[in-house]
Amino acid sequence: MNRFARIWDSDVAWSFRHSPVAMAAAFMALLIVLAAALAPLIAPYDPFNPATLNLMDGFTPPMEPNMISGNVYWLGTDNQGRDIFSTILYGARISIFVGFSAVVFAMVLGIGLGLTAGWRGGWVDSALMRIADIQLSFPSILIALLIFGIARGLIPPSMREDLAIWVLIVSIGLADWVQFARVVRGATLVEKNKEYIQAARVIGVRPVRMVLGHILPNVMGPVLVIATISLALAIIAEATLSFLGVGVPPTQPSLGTLIRIGQGFLFSGEWWILLFPSITLLALALSVNLLGDWLRDALNPKLR
Amino acid sequence: MTEPVLSVRNLIVEFPTRRGVLRAIDDLSFDIAPGEVLGVVGESGAGKSLTGAAIIGLLEPPGRVAGGEIRLAGERIDNLSPERMRTIRGKRIGMIFQDPLTSLNPLYRIGDQLTETILTHEPISARAARDKALRLLEEVGIPAAETRLSAYPHQFSGGMRQRVVIALALAVDPQLVIADEPTTALDVSVQAQIIALLKRICADRGASVMLITHDMGVIAETADRVCVLYAGRLAEIGPVRDVVKRPQHPYASGLMAAIPSLAGDPDEKLAQIPGSMPRLGAIPRGCAFNPRCGYAFDRCRTERPDAYPAGASQAACFLHDAASALPPEVAGRAAEAGIQVARVPAEARP
Amino acid sequence: MTDAARNGEPAPPLVEVKGLRRVFDLSKPLLNRLLEGGGRVSLTAVDGVDFSIRRGETFALVGESGSGKSTIAKMAVGLLRPSAGSVTIDGIDVAGKASADTQRRMRRRIQMIFQDPYASLNPRWRVHAIVEEPIKAFGMLPDAKERAARVGELLSLVGLDPRDGQKFPHEFSGGQRQRIAIARALASEPNFIVCDEPTSALDVSVQAQVLNLLRELQDRLGLTYLFISHNLAVVRHVATRVGVLYLGRLVEEAPARELFSDPKHPYTRMLLDAVPDIEMEGKERLTIAGEIPNPVNPPSGCHFNPRCPFVMPHCKTVVPPVLDRGNARVRCHLFAEG
Repeated sequence: MNRFARIWDSDVAWSFRHSPVAMAAAFMALLIVLAAALAPLIAPYDPFNPATLNLMDGFTPPMEPNMISGNVYWLGTDNQGRDIFSTILYGARISIFVGFSAVVFAMVLGIGLGLTAGWRGGWVDSALMRIADIQLSFPSILIALLIFGIARGLIPPSMREDLAIWVLIVSIGLADWVQFARVVRGATLVEKNKEYIQAARVIGVRPVRMVLGHILPNVMGPVLVIATISLALAIIAEATLSFLGVGVPPTQPSLGTLIRIGQGFLFSGEWWILLFPSITLLALALSVNLLGDWLRDALNPKLR
Repeated sequence: MTEPVLSVRNLIVEFPTRRGVLRAIDDLSFDIAPGEVLGVVGESGAGKSLTGAAIIGLLEPPGRVAGGEIRLAGERIDNLSPERMRTIRGKRIGMIFQDPLTSLNPLYRIGDQLTETILTHEPISARAARDKALRLLEEVGIPAAETRLSAYPHQFSGGMRQRVVIALALAVDPQLVIADEPTTALDVSVQAQIIALLKRICADRGASVMLITHDMGVIAETADRVCVLYAGRLAEIGPVRDVVKRPQHPYASGLMAAIPSLAGDPDEKLAQIPGSMPRLGAIPRGCAFNPRCGYAFDRCRTERPDAYPAGASQAACFLHDAASALPPEVAGRAAEAGIQVARVPAEARP
Repeated sequence: MTDAARNGEPAPPLVEVKGLRRVFDLSKPLLNRLLEGGGRVSLTAVDGVDFSIRRGETFALVGESGSGKSTIAKMAVGLLRPSAGSVTIDGIDVAGKASADTQRRMRRRIQMIFQDPYASLNPRWRVHAIVEEPIKAFGMLPDAKERAARVGELLSLVGLDPRDGQKFPHEFSGGQRQRIAIARALASEPNFIVCDEPTSALDVSVQAQVLNLLRELQDRLGLTYLFISHNLAVVRHVATRVGVLYLGRLVEEAPARELFSDPKHPYTRMLLDAVPDIEMEGKERLTIAGEIPNPVNPPSGCHFNPRCPFVMPHCKTVVPPVLDRGNARVRCHLFAEG
């Protein structure tokens, strides 16, 4: 059997093929991610190029020709005449990039600390887990806000604009590592007492190799599930922060920024400025979350 | 002949999976007479625990009884509603599992669990139920039973817990006790005590026992008859002495020979059966045992054997079917190994 | 058994266990002790065990739960450090402070086979990587091609197909997995292998295959085994000498034949009687009441005294000394002179 056939035949793939929800969610997520990734190619307008913007085109409703220019925009335009469809593509790009990077950051940090805590045990474990407990007793968005605030305070104003996105990624990541660390620690505690680890000890395998070569591959299953669910949460966290105005700089609006902007026009009747970015965010977060749920069930042998 | 307490006819248990339906038990039939101890042996995956689960109606989904019938004292029980089955499980069939902790609720006192079981199934006063519980605990050999009534399961040792489970299983005088690996989790020295207790207490009450275990030694000590399973099918069934001392199915014979014992020459190599039991999805055509069998001939690879009379036992093996065209060489070797083949051709006779 | 062992020629001891002792601290953390009260709690899992194993022999340790047999196995391979006493292989202390190089060479010569073949092989590794690991860890064959050839050789040696190296452990049955574990144990060319209940997770017919394989390998490669088991019938088929453990103490140690034909310690006799009678000869049994006491708080004097049918008053206070009786050593007041 070649590699592809083997993957196609695996239990997880089978469960995927037999779950309409998972397939629909995957299709939706893929569609949004692809559209976002290819934004410069797909987007009919470049919303950040002031040269192409025309204030006259502002507040054009969806699918209606602009009263002055006669231009038609699928999803309408905002107050500055930016095409909503294009801003959503670019905004989703930023949202996904921030969410994905934050999860990778949280995952690497969480796996590292979880493996260390589980493997070393003793006071290292106690210390790390108490920190985790304390952090868990605050809502993670609060933690992210706090870290974001501190980081902004430490960075000289001249660099704030350039670093904003990275600060955001680190803030969300730092707010999210606990989940990974706890799960990895628990799984490490189980694995490290298994006989294959003892067998490796008998032949004097070095601790680093033991942890990375033997334990890590065996704890990745639950990590993948958490990573998927965290991705949805991180995208929402980014949107929340941007909605609060502390996230990405206004020059690089994410879905959250768009929602914040749109909110201002809701009561003056320009509903589309708020509605379409919101639907996109909802569809993205929901589909990723559903994928996470499916993955958790698919990897759980008890439910199969 | 009196009516059997338990009668299993052509039982089929299936597990639908994505790779097709797996037959975990395939056309299994046996009876248990009143007061009889039937041992059910087999290696892991042979379907012995599933047989027990099917009888008490506790197959884990998606497993299901896909054919055959199960009768308890003549009454069909394989098609009852879950509610009806629950009353039968408590009252007419007692159960003992490998891990006593699965049968005891860790949050209830031993005395309360016993009394509750008795009260659910018997119309007697709470006081009488408590007295009965006390007598039961004394009977299963719990020292200072009076004070132990108010103890929790975790305050008992493994052996004592299994005694409590036996008391619980026999609390309302069931006709049949199904014991699934009742001694496997116990230490050697405690095992012997529990086997002796189980045997005595069931004999006292005239309860029949279906004793499921992988340990031939336990069977040899306890059972009246033995049923040997292989890959979900019956290999051999017969009186314990015959099956242990003169096994008639090549698998049973290989199994007996492979058991290390305290007799015989320790320097001699143990007899071994080559290979291992097939997985459920890959049971060979014909006789399930044929690829590992030293006596297999053409018919074994194409046709599935019925159970034929073999000495005092019944064995699902073509060596015992007079209609088999047995190659003389195979018949000769089988006869040498003590298998009473159906018709030893003249030229192979010693 | 090697020829030397069979002919009764004295071979020099390869493994020597002297005054081996291991105490586990079961106390709650300091803070909990201060808050909740309660002192330190310790468990003496192994309490002064001595024995030696000659080259090419199989020494079996028999005991029930809490006997300390697995703790001894772990100390013998260096997974645990003794609290006192030592295990030496050819005079080198397993837990000692010899030079790194000496330690490394000694480690290479000790291997272990575990009880559960479903847990002892990393499920995410292919079989060839599992078997290859010791070769790599000890830097034995730097050339990848040579290593692959060696892995194939090892797999054939234990009765598997060299092509099986490409598969994952879950594609094998329990018996085949134990063969893989044996191949891994042989990879570093050890001469001493600790087998910790190697067949207790296996079915009878497969158990016979594995026991026969272990014996065959011993004959071919001149291996020395420390064989841990709770099953006396199995031990009888593999052991040259047998030690019987009860709550951390070696209560009897004798050549296998002698132990089975003429058991001395009442506990040994009881264990032998507890083996179900597969021969169905209806033998009289010496069943002994009671269960193994909690090892945290063992009975004083001889640990076995509460269950012993021959108990004498001083058994409850005086720990019996080790008494030499011919080829056997027994720890029981019944065998004291006078």
